[in-house]
Amino acid sequence: MTGPQTQPQPGSLLSVRNLAVSFPSEAGRVDAVRGVDFDLFPGRTLAIVGESGSGKSVTAMAVMGLLPEYASVTGSITLNSRELLGLDDRQMSQIRGRNLGMIFQDPLSSLTPIFSVGQQIVEALEIHQNLDRDVAWKRAVELLDLVGIPKAAERARSFPHEFSGGMRQRVVIAIAMANDPQIIIADEPTTALDVTVQAQILDVLRLSQTETGAALIMITHDLGVVAGIADEVLVMYAGRPVERAPVDELFARPRMPYTIGLLGAVPRVDIAERRPLVPIRGNPPLLVDLPPGCPFQPRCPVSVPECGDREPDLAVVAGAAVDGHSAACIRAHEIRDGQIDGRPVYPVPLAPDVPAARVPRQQRPAVLELTGLSKTFPLLKGAILKRRVGSVYAVSDVDLDIRESETLGLVGESGCGKTSTLLEIMNLRPPQHGSIRIAGVDIGELRGRDAERQLRRKLQMVFQDPMGALDPRMTVFDILAEPLQAVGEADRTAIAARVDELMDLVGLNPEHSDRFPIAFSGGQRQRIAIARALATNPSLVVLDEPVSALDVSIQAGVINLLNELKVKLGLSYLFVAHDLSVVRHISDRVAVMYLGRIVEIGAVDQVFGAPQHPYTHALLSAIPVPDPVVERTRERIVLHGELPSPTDSAPGCRFASRCPLYLTLDVTQQTRCTSETPELTGRGDTDQRNACHFR
Amino acid sequence: MTTNLPPLQHTVSPVDSTPSHPISPAEERVARRGERLSRRRLYTRRFLRNRGAVAGLVILTLLVVFALAGPLFTSYSYTDVDFTSLTAAPSSQHWFGTNGVGNDTFAQTAHGLQRSLIIGVVVSLLTTLLAAFVGAVAAYLGGTAEKAILGVVHFLLVVPSFLLLGLISQKAGGDWKVLILVLVAIGWTYGARVVYSLCTSLREREYVQAARFMGVGSLRIVLRHLVPNIGSLLIVSFTLGVVTTVQMETALSFIGFGVKQPDVSLGSLLGDGASTITSAPWLFYFPATMLTLLTVSMALIGDGLRDALDPMSHSAGRA
Repeated sequence: MTGPQTQPQPGSLLSVRNLAVSFPSEAGRVDAVRGVDFDLFPGRTLAIVGESGSGKSVTAMAVMGLLPEYASVTGSITLNSRELLGLDDRQMSQIRGRNLGMIFQDPLSSLTPIFSVGQQIVEALEIHQNLDRDVAWKRAVELLDLVGIPKAAERARSFPHEFSGGMRQRVVIAIAMANDPQIIIADEPTTALDVTVQAQILDVLRLSQTETGAALIMITHDLGVVAGIADEVLVMYAGRPVERAPVDELFARPRMPYTIGLLGAVPRVDIAERRPLVPIRGNPPLLVDLPPGCPFQPRCPVSVPECGDREPDLAVVAGAAVDGHSAACIRAHEIRDGQIDGRPVYPVPLAPDVPAARVPRQQRPAVLELTGLSKTFPLLKGAILKRRVGSVYAVSDVDLDIRESETLGLVGESGCGKTSTLLEIMNLRPPQHGSIRIAGVDIGELRGRDAERQLRRKLQMVFQDPMGALDPRMTVFDILAEPLQAVGEADRTAIAARVDELMDLVGLNPEHSDRFPIAFSGGQRQRIAIARALATNPSLVVLDEPVSALDVSIQAGVINLLNELKVKLGLSYLFVAHDLSVVRHISDRVAVMYLGRIVEIGAVDQVFGAPQHPYTHALLSAIPVPDPVVERTRERIVLHGELPSPTDSAPGCRFASRCPLYLTLDVTQQTRCTSETPELTGRGDTDQRNACHFR
Repeated sequence: MTTNLPPLQHTVSPVDSTPSHPISPAEERVARRGERLSRRRLYTRRFLRNRGAVAGLVILTLLVVFALAGPLFTSYSYTDVDFTSLTAAPSSQHWFGTNGVGNDTFAQTAHGLQRSLIIGVVVSLLTTLLAAFVGAVAAYLGGTAEKAILGVVHFLLVVPSFLLLGLISQKAGGDWKVLILVLVAIGWTYGARVVYSLCTSLREREYVQAARFMGVGSLRIVLRHLVPNIGSLLIVSFTLGVVTTVQMETALSFIGFGVKQPDVSLGSLLGDGASTITSAPWLFYFPATMLTLLTVSMALIGDGLRDALDPMSHSAGRA
């Protein structure tokens, strides 16, 4: 391939040539997509990968003809040799749904709340096919059954709000495949879902693909998902494809520095070795008035002066092992196995030395101890006089402790009680049951505002959304000064000095402290939030999903910062996350929660390396690994069903309803599971404990 | 269905960017501190960048100057009666003419504007502040306090306030200070209800939660995190409040419950002038012009303030 191709490749279903999309904006014209070429073949899966703002979703929208009218779209999109660009909305409607099926990120907003899911599938069928009502309904039920909705005939009459997130996404997939489309476009279809549900949905997607023989365009930022599902991968950066290759080739031998950076920035759940992640420095460029030259140049560790001359084309890499590997980098042919001139493209940062690790864990003082912590919320009914009709058991009988300079990862799916546990700790109010001790002080015995203030000094929190956690109307200086003032610091020069110190500590320029949070990028905002948490020299920092809102390349930098600060300041972290790869990377110990209970706790390498509880096992096997070889060969346990409602207080193991181990037990053993609540017990000499009768 | 547009924001240059001119870090820091402390100056600069707002400010200043200094330029006071010229058209003697009893309209307009300005601005300011505080406190505290405050607000909302206002103002004999108190006492409730609704969503925001977890006191959270974040609404409600108050005062004066003779306000002047609009239009048009200029300038200033205070606003520039 030399230069841009104009003719579709023979046999291709969809052929996109030189696609460019731009939007008007107040700051100038935003060139969201700047020249995308690809061909899609029947039955194949193309993954488009990139960070937010890289133009991957806009590309998909352009293919579907769903861009707003003010967007200017140029280039060519041909489906079955028919040009799609320039068709009006009525003509596109004939193609959408019939030839192109769509799956969006948020399954709730892609379904109409006032129609039953059956009706919505029937509608999709009737628009494009001349079907009898009864036949259409029967087909709808078949489709629902196919995507794995139990009791499909009954459930077809249910409304979207009666389904859980994963079930809704199944319905959306059923609608997308209703008319046997030639192409299914899935835009981040699993991003809003829990990891065990994500595994189910990816299976359903594969199934729908084999069932309809459709080609799949998978748009995602998750390299693990890509490794598992894609045949070919297109990496996008700043509105342009920067590398394209078959999936094995891309993961094994990436040639573009950006791709190498992305792969190096992702923590791996299957690797025990704790090396620092390699972040890509800087931020993606704004797509307004881009300067000439490679857009990645300012962030590229191996850039040479020639990179600034002109933007490199996506060209076949000389000496690539397989056909069809192209990269947009003038040094692509020099890069082999992530190395250039015998040195790694991204120098690996030095791991911080951990002095505290030399003191045995049991001899270090505990900064947080939870004993038998429980929290129930009343379920109320009635408009004026509320009656209690039941309870939600959000947290039941949680025991855990965090020692000095230790990170405990608290993991579990949404609704498992992680956040409730955090709030119980952060509220500093005596709990309903059990006790909370922070730095040796029992919260139940806390008297007066002064004592509470002193304890608040020791305990700080970092939130998930760095934008939401910073008051947009306060300058960074005021944001960082607030915790100091809250604990009674009044001296303005002392505060000013401390703010400068904090900005330095988290790698921000102290001169920027007079700006508002809006002037900072997501990663920088999260650094500000971390600086705020460190202001009072706390001994325990509670981190609630601190990196899940950040892009991969930015996330790595924040994780490294957290690790570094922990060593430098002797901090302890309570790290709450649903991303187990990140947890494995940052934690010393990990606790797995399921429906308000801890089902397994122990040192991170033990729990991840040799999980004992069946739930931990399933959770770990559901995580996609960014390595296509591992993805294809590893054993996978897909859990059925979803998290049951936490309103049941009957004794017995709460996981029994989804447990793969339970199914293999005999009747007396099963009775034990359903009638006796398992205790968190250890076996052997390690401190790994699990709550399962039979493990 | 949304397209992922790239964010348009002014991103701070990376940390490793080197300063263009060599200054020692310490010096630089001192200089920056000096600048940082004057946040007011930052807002001023952003406000002055907006031409409409500056025009509004100029008009308002002129109006204030007119209201304060106007009476100095004429030998007539607003109570003086010139029997030699009744219902006289504007002339060199009486610049804005006179009314049926012989009052000088220039002197009356200046005084009326002064009265209306005071009533409008003071009432609007007090109602907005009271509404913001009460609404935000109710939303933040929740529980019993929330129920009690909302109970009072809802009760006051259904009371026929206009009637109440008339009765009290009547009893006080048209004293403008009492009028202000009464207008504030019944005017804050609607605003408080709106502020409450907005703050119920704000109180769930993570930065409010973060402040609570830092141990910041309730009153401080309300004043520092809740109230400023509904700033745009408060500014709009303040500017519109001035307009509404002037109109309300006009209506009251018109039916005889507002400012009473010999005191005049723009409202009472308009009320008088409206009846003679064909025979003596100057009696209506001069006060009406002042009223229009007042409301337009307030609206322009409101817009400018909102943009200057709002860090998210696009017209805010790079300051």
